[in-house]
Amino acid sequence: MTDSSTLRQAQGDASLNAKIVEPTLFDLSSPGRVGVSFPDPDVPRAELPESLLRADLPLPELAEVDVVRHYMRLSQFNYSVDGGFYPLGSCTMKYNPKINEDTCRLPGFTATHPLQPIETVQGNLALMFTLQEWLKEISGFAAVTLQPAAGAHGELTGVLIMRAYHKARRDAKRVKMLIPDAAHGTNPASSAMSGLQVMQIPSDARGNVDLAALRSACDETVVGLMLTNPNTLGLFDEHIEEVVKIVHDCGGLMYGDGANLNALLGILRPADVGFDVMHFNLHKTFAVPHGGGGPGSGPVGVAAHLADFLPAPIVGIVEEGEEDEPPLFGFITPAKTIGRVKAFHGQFGALVRAFTYIAMHGPDGLREIAEYAVLNANYLLARLRKTYHVPYDRICMHEFVAEGKVEGSDVRALDIAKRLMDYDFHPPTNYFPHIVHEALMIEPTETENKDTLDRFADALIKIAEEAKAQPELLHDAPTKTPFGRMDEVKAARELVLCCWLPEDYEKK
Amino acid sequence: MNYIPISPKEREAMLAAIGVKSTEELFRDVPKKHRFPKLDLPPALTEMEAAAELEELAASNENLRGDLVSFLGAGAYNHYIPSVVDHILRRGEFYTAYTPYQPEISQGTLQAIFEYQSLMCALTGMEVSNASHYDGATAVAEAVSMAYAQFRGKRTKVVISPAVHPQYRETLRTYAQGMGLQLTGDDPSDVLISNLDSLISLIDANTALVIVQYPDFFGRIYDYTSLIEAAHAQGTLVCVAANPTALALLKTPGEMGADIVVGEGQPLGIPLAYGGPYLGFFTTRKQYIHKMAGRLVGETIDNRGQRAYVLTLTAREQHIKRERATSNICSNQGLMALAAAVYLSLVGKRGLRQVAELCYQRAHYAADQLGKIKGYGLQFPAPFFHEFVLRCPQPAAEINEHLLEHGILGGYDLGQDYPALNNHLLIAVTEMNSKEEIDALVEVLSEVEHD
Repeated sequence: MTDSSTLRQAQGDASLNAKIVEPTLFDLSSPGRVGVSFPDPDVPRAELPESLLRADLPLPELAEVDVVRHYMRLSQFNYSVDGGFYPLGSCTMKYNPKINEDTCRLPGFTATHPLQPIETVQGNLALMFTLQEWLKEISGFAAVTLQPAAGAHGELTGVLIMRAYHKARRDAKRVKMLIPDAAHGTNPASSAMSGLQVMQIPSDARGNVDLAALRSACDETVVGLMLTNPNTLGLFDEHIEEVVKIVHDCGGLMYGDGANLNALLGILRPADVGFDVMHFNLHKTFAVPHGGGGPGSGPVGVAAHLADFLPAPIVGIVEEGEEDEPPLFGFITPAKTIGRVKAFHGQFGALVRAFTYIAMHGPDGLREIAEYAVLNANYLLARLRKTYHVPYDRICMHEFVAEGKVEGSDVRALDIAKRLMDYDFHPPTNYFPHIVHEALMIEPTETENKDTLDRFADALIKIAEEAKAQPELLHDAPTKTPFGRMDEVKAARELVLCCWLPEDYEKK
Repeated sequence: MNYIPISPKEREAMLAAIGVKSTEELFRDVPKKHRFPKLDLPPALTEMEAAAELEELAASNENLRGDLVSFLGAGAYNHYIPSVVDHILRRGEFYTAYTPYQPEISQGTLQAIFEYQSLMCALTGMEVSNASHYDGATAVAEAVSMAYAQFRGKRTKVVISPAVHPQYRETLRTYAQGMGLQLTGDDPSDVLISNLDSLISLIDANTALVIVQYPDFFGRIYDYTSLIEAAHAQGTLVCVAANPTALALLKTPGEMGADIVVGEGQPLGIPLAYGGPYLGFFTTRKQYIHKMAGRLVGETIDNRGQRAYVLTLTAREQHIKRERATSNICSNQGLMALAAAVYLSLVGKRGLRQVAELCYQRAHYAADQLGKIKGYGLQFPAPFFHEFVLRCPQPAAEINEHLLEHGILGGYDLGQDYPALNNHLLIAVTEMNSKEEIDALVEVLSEVEHD
């Protein structure tokens, strides 16, 4: 199966004749080229274990300049926050301050080993301890773990904590997790991974949790409700206190999906309205860059009654300080811990970035983040609601969901999204949440100015006109980008998932 | 605030367009008694103040670039990172993009992932790689989820070697809490007696997966071919957690017949950074692709006839399959996968082999020298790569304290996880450890009195 040409012949691969815009590393390789050299061993030579050696290492051979130019060319095919407006709903694609990229790379941080004795890494531990304290203050929770690696990982952690809490109370019949129909797909997936059954709760006509449906679902088998608030429609649940009460009254716990916390900084502490557990997305709310799909970071906050179940270890003070002596920070294992959710201590580099970001905002700056994120979203909503139908149209939080349809035209949300690229914008999230037909989910974030928002609104209004007058412009879009629409069916049918050095490579 | 580019005048115009008088009015759905809490946080720092504070925190650590000489590994390794790697990672086009949902304007990320997948397949000898998991530990846990899904939950036993990284085994147990799985084979007290035969004896028709590490946690290299054959005879899958640097030199797990090869990708150009972000790599055979979690990039063409790449088989994933998905994974370690790909393309075929040989040679020199000191000895006779177990005349913690006084970060104290190995250090040697450093380690340890 390692022979690519045979594989491709077998699949009748037409892409062999495709135009190559940028060759792969394997295409570019030439035998004998070297990118980095290492010194020869300066110690007496030990025998290699012959029977355990591999015959060949089929990696590319490239010089440094080949590698740099390859990745430079690739980078130019990407749309990014540094390059332009990226209103990808639910993802909070805000500007990532450059100073964070410097602080997280200080050698004092990057050149520390995760298993060093605590006495030698007090700087790291002080930073982590302080960040835990800050996240507690921002959210209102009693304890925080920084270990989870991403939002979904935080969800798994939180759900396992809920499960362990009921189990510790010998309340074994609780197996049902309630999840609103507007929820992120990670919510049901995290629950299923934890061995729980998922029950979907509908939304009401104003985009809130349907209280009647919630009431009838709440019984002694409920683990809890996983609620994103503001929800994925960008709406703050108008009955949040009632929702919390119904769930608590049946003995369930309230899980908060912190994906949309950007709207609540300094506005509401989720624990204050009764959430029991919540994950943060440091890569959304606290400006850790998204990295082309990670690394994220998904700390979890819990109320006091769940603190003993947090993953181990968390950072704590292991020796109180004296007058002139700082305390000694170290690791603490919570009494009824669910265990560890990954190796070592979390995405430390992301923690340094988030720490820097919070330190530079302070309490007033954090509240401004939420205020401007919500201002920007409502401004765009005001500019667009006459052109695109917004099914749950009320004051929104940090994002809103419009229908990507134009009366008198056959264009779909997908076409509108693709056409936006021709206007040099990243499209909004489309086809999510599922409860809105042809959804366009728009989250501008607080880091965009009015001119950008106006240009974006103008483009969407113009596209609606094009949809009626020249729909082919949308069907064919994008045309001004380096690549056009993809043959996704071919990708899934042929499953070419690797490239290899050519068969006669060594003879080259 | 520097990062909010809206002037007061513009804000007024926007509020007027919305039809409200103040931003406060936008939050009327938030329960009044909890609205606008006063947060007890330190006041905002300017950039120069924040930079100084972070520099001070960083400086209060003792780091491996100037303060300490390190022989600590145990799952995180100090390797040289060529300059180019971080120059590429710092391109805003890469690090400020997100998951390539829109392939027309994400070909940079998509092709980079496709190449990463290819490089990982070449390294492991496997057929398919996903776009990454969080780290080595969670990649192992995902292997269990995959095997569990492959047998539709009907096989409920997982056999795991005690010589798999202790933190990976802990993570796996956390993940498995809700799955109703029996995890067996890794009793740490058996570590001195257990071998491949004792693992093989545990495999039965109810076993979904066997997990071994390569080289194992103690640095030892075993050929797992016979274990894999024995597992396959029961229809059981085998997951090998491999060190990617070692794979430059050693027979691949793919060649041994492994079904899943995962591991910690940190040695491939990713800084130690106190444990993260790292890179969980995950490779398997094509026949298991529909049960594999994580993102996957495939080749295709665009409507202009250009070769291009897209996220494919997305119907496996949580955003479509929701509670029926194998895993909840969404964000992975995209930028770290890019780091590994840049690293591998730079060091290439020759450089990676050089790194591996340097590690091997220097580790063997260290083992040879340390083994000669009175009271010390090598615990295991098996071949090893760049890590080995040193039997010491005193508890390992005391030895490490002494080393630290001499500016040396000693090995991993194995007594923490294996009571039978209380006086044992796991010593790691990489290309970063010069002969002089090794000689200094030998000298300091020679001073430690034999009781």
